[in-house]
Amino acid sequence: MSFNPKHILGIKDLTAGEINFILDTADSFKEINTRNIKKVPTLRGRTVVNLFFEASTRTRTSFEIAGKRLSADTVNISASSSSVVKGETLEDTAQNIEAMHPDIIVMRHSASGACDYLAERLSCSVINAGDGTHEHPSQALLDAFTIRQHKGKISGLTVAIAGDVAHSRVVRSNIYCLNKLGAKVKIAGPRTMLPPGLEKLGCEVYTNLEDAITDADCIMMLRIQRERQGKTLLPSLREYSRFFGLNDAKLALAKPDAIVMHPGPMNRGVEISSSVADGKQNVILDQVENGVAVRMALLYLVAGGEKLQENC
Amino acid sequence: MKVLIKNGRVIDPANNIDAVQDILIEDGRISQLTAGIDAKDAEVIDASGFLVTPGLIDIHTHLRDPGLEYKEDIISGTRAAAAGGVTSLACMPNTSPVNDTLAVTKYIIDKAREEGSANVFPIACISKGMQGETLAEMGELKAAGCVGFSDDGRPVTSGELMRRAFEYADTFDAPIISHAEDLSLVGDGVMNDGPVATELGLKGIPWVAEDAATAREIMLAEFTGGRLHMCHVSTKGSIDLVRQAKARGVRVTCEVAPHHFTLTDEAVRGYNTNAKMNPPLRSQADVDAVRAGLADGTVDAIATDHAPHHYDEKNVEFAIAMNGIIGLESMLPLTLKLVDSGVIDLNRAISLMTNQPAKIIDIERGTLSVGAIADIAVIDPQLEWIYAAEDLHSKSKNTPFIDWKMRGAAVKTLLAGKVVYTR
Repeated sequence: MSFNPKHILGIKDLTAGEINFILDTADSFKEINTRNIKKVPTLRGRTVVNLFFEASTRTRTSFEIAGKRLSADTVNISASSSSVVKGETLEDTAQNIEAMHPDIIVMRHSASGACDYLAERLSCSVINAGDGTHEHPSQALLDAFTIRQHKGKISGLTVAIAGDVAHSRVVRSNIYCLNKLGAKVKIAGPRTMLPPGLEKLGCEVYTNLEDAITDADCIMMLRIQRERQGKTLLPSLREYSRFFGLNDAKLALAKPDAIVMHPGPMNRGVEISSSVADGKQNVILDQVENGVAVRMALLYLVAGGEKLQENC
Repeated sequence: MKVLIKNGRVIDPANNIDAVQDILIEDGRISQLTAGIDAKDAEVIDASGFLVTPGLIDIHTHLRDPGLEYKEDIISGTRAAAAGGVTSLACMPNTSPVNDTLAVTKYIIDKAREEGSANVFPIACISKGMQGETLAEMGELKAAGCVGFSDDGRPVTSGELMRRAFEYADTFDAPIISHAEDLSLVGDGVMNDGPVATELGLKGIPWVAEDAATAREIMLAEFTGGRLHMCHVSTKGSIDLVRQAKARGVRVTCEVAPHHFTLTDEAVRGYNTNAKMNPPLRSQADVDAVRAGLADGTVDAIATDHAPHHYDEKNVEFAIAMNGIIGLESMLPLTLKLVDSGVIDLNRAISLMTNQPAKIIDIERGTLSVGAIADIAVIDPQLEWIYAAEDLHSKSKNTPFIDWKMRGAAVKTLLAGKVVYTR
């Protein structure tokens, strides 16, 4: 098959075949990242704009490196909330950038649906690098890639995801992705962080971390934002850590060969203890490494995939 | 000047009339209503095959005038009303400045009288400046023509102020009109809380935010003996609360909006900002409950919450888009659709848009009694038409119903015997 989407806005709209195709494409790019000369000419002459309305180190750097290794010209724009204060609308910002003829805009934005909004209004391709609490497709794809790398498959596995689900775009994309690939997804968190109808997305919902991770093949811990403590959702990080933090004792409930993942940035001692984060079951830095290959695959496929080579 | 409306099916719920009759209008009032009127000197409107009803009454609109005329003004808003068969409307006070003074009230009434195409009855603020702190001068505002008091869109949070508002408004025999919302429960929610919000990653407004506030308003009305009218009830729980309160004898009435009995929160999919309003589109269970309330008499009126917003205010990310949709030109066909689907019968549908809302704001309109002011809608119930943006009379086009196929429309609207709209 071949798969050359105009945009990558979310996992919800992808089929299992399309997801696997992306992962296979990423596989073929992975090796480039370990060469001495880490660059291929695939996207030479293409312009990729990383338009980030929210602070991000990992995702933005990963997309930037992915673009550069494919020889695209990459431009980073950190449009802080000050551009909103100046009164420019998202549409105007985007149209100004499009007037400079980029081929792909990679966008992160605090508003759910912002990437769909952009894709409807611009003629260039849009890749969603995280929109509000909606989707974060490249994260889910790199997570799937990492699971596949370590487990050899995804179908039939049990994946537990724990944390602030209500505020997580990672979790929504992961539920769709893992479901489509045949895994069973178990979600855990305090009731205040579990949005209504979550199970309809395709998961089992638990309010007890131990129940969710028992016999899991893979455990994904989500970041707890420090600013949430002491407000209405959570009394303290200390209490969160006690009931929902992953430590060695809880990890022992999972399968002995279970892998531990985290989309980062981690709060050591809160959702994950240092001994687990640094322990032999962790694959957290593999996720980061694989992120570059997955994002290379996305840029390549959106830009035209095999058709690119025909044009060369 | 005489006008004779001939051979229409006259529906006047206040007088239990549903029959083919003629109506003779003299000097702006109905002078005769019977079959076979012959008046040689009258201008004749042939209403054969049409319904002839009291002009429709919409007790919940935002005309945006004064101050926000880029969205709507009294002229365009009342023109939209006339095109929708609406001859009388009440307008909410959240203008700029807000309507908490005699000066603003007089401005609205005078402009409507001089340049409007419908009767405009202002609703004034409960609190000065809509700040929720001290009562507005309700006595003077009522005397000047205001028909009720509401801090619509900025609910009064103080229970004490609301208690006094009921007592003070009742002094002048005016209703408190409540947009019920517990703002702390709304938080920064932007759509109905539920599976669709979870999927779209949008912050939810739970039904309990409306119901908790509805319960407080009902308890305060019951405690004070004041009169309460609930705006745009959208949840099953609030319909139940109103039903129970009525059974206990609390002086409470309520309205529902066409979008709340027509659409669910599924309409938000695709981040459609024209499906963003407050209260938000709810679940199917809520829609069913609203419809049940319409059918069993719990609901007293259909009102649009006509809320014009400029294109630029909707052409943004969902979370920051303005709340509200226009409704004056879609109320009639969406209500007739309820009749088609068997939820209510035609007479009740007309009653919910005429004599019943008239009673809530206590105006002498909404009937075709002999001697009444001749505000009349002539309706073609079978007319099929497309609700196209370019055909709308409102300045704003913010509605999820654009390009819907509609059935039923006003073909002539008369205001005090004068034709103000012809389709």
